[in-house]
Amino acid sequence: MSETLTDTLDPEQVLWEERVPGGAHWSGVLRRGNTLRVTAVEGGANVSMLFYNYEEKLERYNMADTLKGQHTAVLTRGHVCYSDMGRVMCSITEDTCGWHDTISGVSNASMVRRKYGEARYQEQHDDYYKNGYDSLLNEVGKYGLGKRDLVSNLNLFSKVIVDDAGNLCFKENNSSAGDYIDLRFEMNALVVLSTCQHPLDPGDTYDPKDIILSAWHSGTAAGDDACRNACPENQRAFINTERMFA
Amino acid sequence: MSTDLSESRLLAENAAFREVVPAGEPFMKVISKDQVVRILDLEGNQAVDTLFYSAADSEERYDANTTIREQGNIYLTTGTVLRSNEGNPMLSIIADTCGRHDTLGGACSAESNTVRYALEKHHMHSCRDSFLLALAKWDNGLDKRDLSSNINFFMNVPVTPEGGLTFEDGISEAGRYVEMRAEMDVIILISNCPQLNNPCNAYNPTPVEVLVWDPQ
Repeated sequence: MSETLTDTLDPEQVLWEERVPGGAHWSGVLRRGNTLRVTAVEGGANVSMLFYNYEEKLERYNMADTLKGQHTAVLTRGHVCYSDMGRVMCSITEDTCGWHDTISGVSNASMVRRKYGEARYQEQHDDYYKNGYDSLLNEVGKYGLGKRDLVSNLNLFSKVIVDDAGNLCFKENNSSAGDYIDLRFEMNALVVLSTCQHPLDPGDTYDPKDIILSAWHSGTAAGDDACRNACPENQRAFINTERMFA
Repeated sequence: MSTDLSESRLLAENAAFREVVPAGEPFMKVISKDQVVRILDLEGNQAVDTLFYSAADSEERYDANTTIREQGNIYLTTGTVLRSNEGNPMLSIIADTCGRHDTLGGACSAESNTVRYALEKHHMHSCRDSFLLALAKWDNGLDKRDLSSNINFFMNVPVTPEGGLTFEDGISEAGRYVEMRAEMDVIILISNCPQLNNPCNAYNPTPVEVLVWDPQ
């Protein structure tokens, strides 16, 4: 289907595939047992992302529970994303990038204006400058959600380290063309995302990068699954998740 | 960012409002613009889970990620401006005798306790339950949707350059406090944390005091 499919992914398995331009926003439903591959078409991509339980959208990705449950501030292969209800929303089953940011939030309108200048729809049509916050708000609004539902988000493909004094440092060139992350969904989830630039990206040019989304039926986590068994906390969160589908 | 300790000149006897909040209980109150609110750790190493909402429009609320990103540092202390999801200053930390406060570790809940400790911990009291009950009784439409990433005053949750995150033992002591000036009319929502499973409070949740001074 495209250059994004690797040896590990049989084209016959693919349910759908879609290219999302840089600066765009997207939402969709990923069912339990399906995996979403997010591929960076170029280096320097950023994907600001949130998850909601599709059946009960009050249940949603929870940054703090995800981090403290796994004693990490960064996500990569072997980690999972917890909801606020002690369940696993999705598991990171593959990751060629190695570091996905969890703590920096999203860009907003005033930041984008300050960093990149003004580009309105009136003059630029669909090349107008978008920002992460308004983009996510736009997508969640399609499901009856709003500002109250925009919680701390992921930033796929972006790396921000915290030094010993607590200072945030954005690391450039964290991702390369073709890098991907696989998210195996453990519950039916609404996924919303924005491909706007990372809020700490120091570049002064509006240049968000394209991504490709590919979904396939992967099945759910087996008993010996690496994400399930990464730590006792994950094992218990999988039990909580499986009880919902028992 | 400096973690120098900075004391307040405000005297407790001049406070317009004082209330002791026992462990395991919520506290909710409007703090008007230019009022000063102090949270006092009465016995030491207590975690005070805290959220703020704009009193004029509760859809504008404290935003942990915007706050740490705008100051370029994950720890809250004197000089920190607590910012909203709209990017506006909500409160400024003007005194702090503890030196470091967390905003990544979130609040404990019945559900997260099952994950972090054991499935049978489900029925222990938690900050999330205190938050939910306080919001329900406040009765102006606030509910679970409004629970976002909170502040943990007096909690020490360091992140390493390698991306590790741990709950370290507290660095507060009896009598330490943090003090904030409201930059807009805000609703403060506190859960004085009842956590009994974590050594960070020596397994001993203790009372805190909230003090409010009118504009000086």
